[in-house]
Amino acid sequence: MDSSRSVRRTKEEKKLLRRQIKASHILLKHEGISTVSHPTKHLVVSNGGLGNGVSRESLLEVLKEGGPVETLLTPPAKPYAFVTYSSVEAGQNAYTFLNGRALQCQEQSVTLYFSYVEKVDGDKSVSCALPPGLSVLEDFVSPEEELQLLQAVDLTPHTDDVTVQKALKHRSVKHYGYEFRYDNNNVDKDKPLPGGLPAECDALLQRCLADGHISVLPDQLTVNQYQSGQGIPPHVDTHSAFEDTILSLSLGTKTVMDFKHPDGRSVAVVLPERSLLVMKGESRYLWTHGITPRKYDVVPVLEAGGSGVMTSDLSNLTLSRRGTRISLTFRKIRHTPCNCAYPSVCDSQQLPSLPTVPVAEDDACRLESQYVHQVYEEISSHFSSTRHSPWPQVRDFLLSLPPGSVLADIGCGNGKYLGINPEVMSVGCDRSVNLVQISIERGHEAFVSDALSVPLRSGSCDACISIAVIHHFSTQERRQAAVRELIRLLKVGGRALIYVWAMEQEYNNQKSKYLKERTTETSMENGKELKTEEYKSNQQEEHDGKMRSDMKFAKGGFGNATQARIHVHTNRTTFLSQDLLVPWHLKGNADKNKGATSSSTDVPVDNTSQRPVFHRYYHVFQQGELEKLCLGVAGVKALRSYHDQGNWCVELEKTHYTSSKDDIA
Amino acid sequence: MKLLTHNMLTSHVKGVVKGYPLIIKATEVKVNELEFNAQFVSRMIPKLEWSALIQAAEWLGQSQDLPSTLIPNYENDEDFLRKVHRVLLEVEVIEGCLQCPESGREFPISKGVPNMLLDEGE
Repeated sequence: MDSSRSVRRTKEEKKLLRRQIKASHILLKHEGISTVSHPTKHLVVSNGGLGNGVSRESLLEVLKEGGPVETLLTPPAKPYAFVTYSSVEAGQNAYTFLNGRALQCQEQSVTLYFSYVEKVDGDKSVSCALPPGLSVLEDFVSPEEELQLLQAVDLTPHTDDVTVQKALKHRSVKHYGYEFRYDNNNVDKDKPLPGGLPAECDALLQRCLADGHISVLPDQLTVNQYQSGQGIPPHVDTHSAFEDTILSLSLGTKTVMDFKHPDGRSVAVVLPERSLLVMKGESRYLWTHGITPRKYDVVPVLEAGGSGVMTSDLSNLTLSRRGTRISLTFRKIRHTPCNCAYPSVCDSQQLPSLPTVPVAEDDACRLESQYVHQVYEEISSHFSSTRHSPWPQVRDFLLSLPPGSVLADIGCGNGKYLGINPEVMSVGCDRSVNLVQISIERGHEAFVSDALSVPLRSGSCDACISIAVIHHFSTQERRQAAVRELIRLLKVGGRALIYVWAMEQEYNNQKSKYLKERTTETSMENGKELKTEEYKSNQQEEHDGKMRSDMKFAKGGFGNATQARIHVHTNRTTFLSQDLLVPWHLKGNADKNKGATSSSTDVPVDNTSQRPVFHRYYHVFQQGELEKLCLGVAGVKALRSYHDQGNWCVELEKTHYTSSKDDIA
Repeated sequence: MKLLTHNMLTSHVKGVVKGYPLIIKATEVKVNELEFNAQFVSRMIPKLEWSALIQAAEWLGQSQDLPSTLIPNYENDEDFLRKVHRVLLEVEVIEGCLQCPESGREFPISKGVPNMLLDEGE
């Protein structure tokens, strides 16, 4: 718009311009969409989005008045749409004539504001595939069966009803088999309801059994009736309450269910009328599901193939008005604690009381004693069997040492680095008696010692390594004391190599082996196929908070403590905090490992195979943290620092002696 | 525990000034024949506290008539190097304990593993 025109603007025109400018500011600020002042054929239509209750059809009708429309993108849940006209002239025409147009839609009127954009990013808000373990089976019941089932679970109250029926704030529910209690999100397993499940469900459940969707018949049914505009908050069905597979049959009008991963990924799934939702494995245990309360859903335009993910094709979305939907959720009561691979969200695998991040020295000692030292003693044999191949860059360091060097491996574990360079005199130490025993049996020299007080002569070593050790110390002071002790052992000119676990498990767009191996490990552990999806692990802190608020735990308390609790990490996922407990599922010769301590401590037991689960404390390091820690130690310089497969690594050289009083902690 | 390791170990009990060498009280000693590598042994010798090695060998009755002070030009004396090889790498303490010469604190050796852990505050 040129300035000569603006002087003649009417009051109305000025108001419109102000609002349009405001709208483009909002787009930039909240959505990152930059508008431009020169005419293009692409326009963003503020307020003209599915998220505003504007249907694709009614918007298109208005847009066509501007000229021939090439494409229209209507991202789900957004208050705007993108239109591309066949020419810049048509775009300009629409801009001039349609700006400020009021559009009557559903129960309200919205005003459309137009702004030019350089291009339309069709990939924006594209969703990913279905959550692993999830499937939607369309037309699972016939319309006749639907009618029968609806009659069987009739939600009108009866006085002699054997079921439990309640009107919740947001929907009506009814329970068969066992009552699901909303106060503790669990069931009274010793109080089955008389009558069991309605006989009308038999055929459907037998079909599920025959088709292999379930391996045992469910014994609990929750019927939910959602009126238009009602929903259910995001939640994970309590792990300890129900077995793995959960079936949910959708009757009445279709809806959209939102699935969310703790790392922030979100997938909207359309559940058509008479479809069966099957949630297994990761989708059942780790992802939350919920239904946003609203009267209109964003769904694909075409009715054919109406289920599944909502959708990469933004030019194909519109609104569907919700009617009454009735869902039948079939679950199998679980009688043993849950042993899933997702302890961060598993109520069975929560520790009786999660420890807090220690501040005081004696708290730190206690924490490390319980969550590091004792655990390594218990898991030593299994742990050792998984630690065989040396990390290539550590091996390179060892092979670079001149013949006749003296090497100390502080935290040597099973001694896998002690024999790498036969020209070097290597001695190792570890806090775990069992692991040192394994080193000795392999013909290495090793002794039992704490890394904060190593009984070796000061300056006696040409080289020291500390591989995956210092992240087990629970305060910054103790981590630095461990580095100081390492340096004390070195002679001047001697080198130390330190590896610690990195918070950043994805670096330079490369995922660490730890993340990549998720697929194989979980499928081995659970005998299920899980696929690793490509995703970005950004905004971890934000998601950390989000995830905890999403989860509802039976006992409460989790996540609303004021002190910083150390959380249980889910293996092979991105780290959501720096101080965490990493589960170890004991396998193999567990009996050999079971000492006096394991029978006396309250270790959660994996009940299918009687495998205990242990938790090791870790402080995962952020970029730069390790160098800073090391350079806080006197008499040392960093030769190099790098990221290696999810670890932060630093090579140090001792530059001069410092007084031994400072050195010995 | 080989005597090479013993040569590096020292007492780390709090307040101890002279914790070296640790006194060996062995109840079971084993000699494991190992391939002799003259170069390796002669490279190790300058890293050692010689008198502590001789002392340790005597405690175990394995001194091999080694001199109490290091001889010059040992690099070319194969007989000498073989004796050092025996003492340094072949003699192993399986059971017993190591004792701090100053505080008297004993550290057990069991199945060849010296346990040097201190108690809290030690």
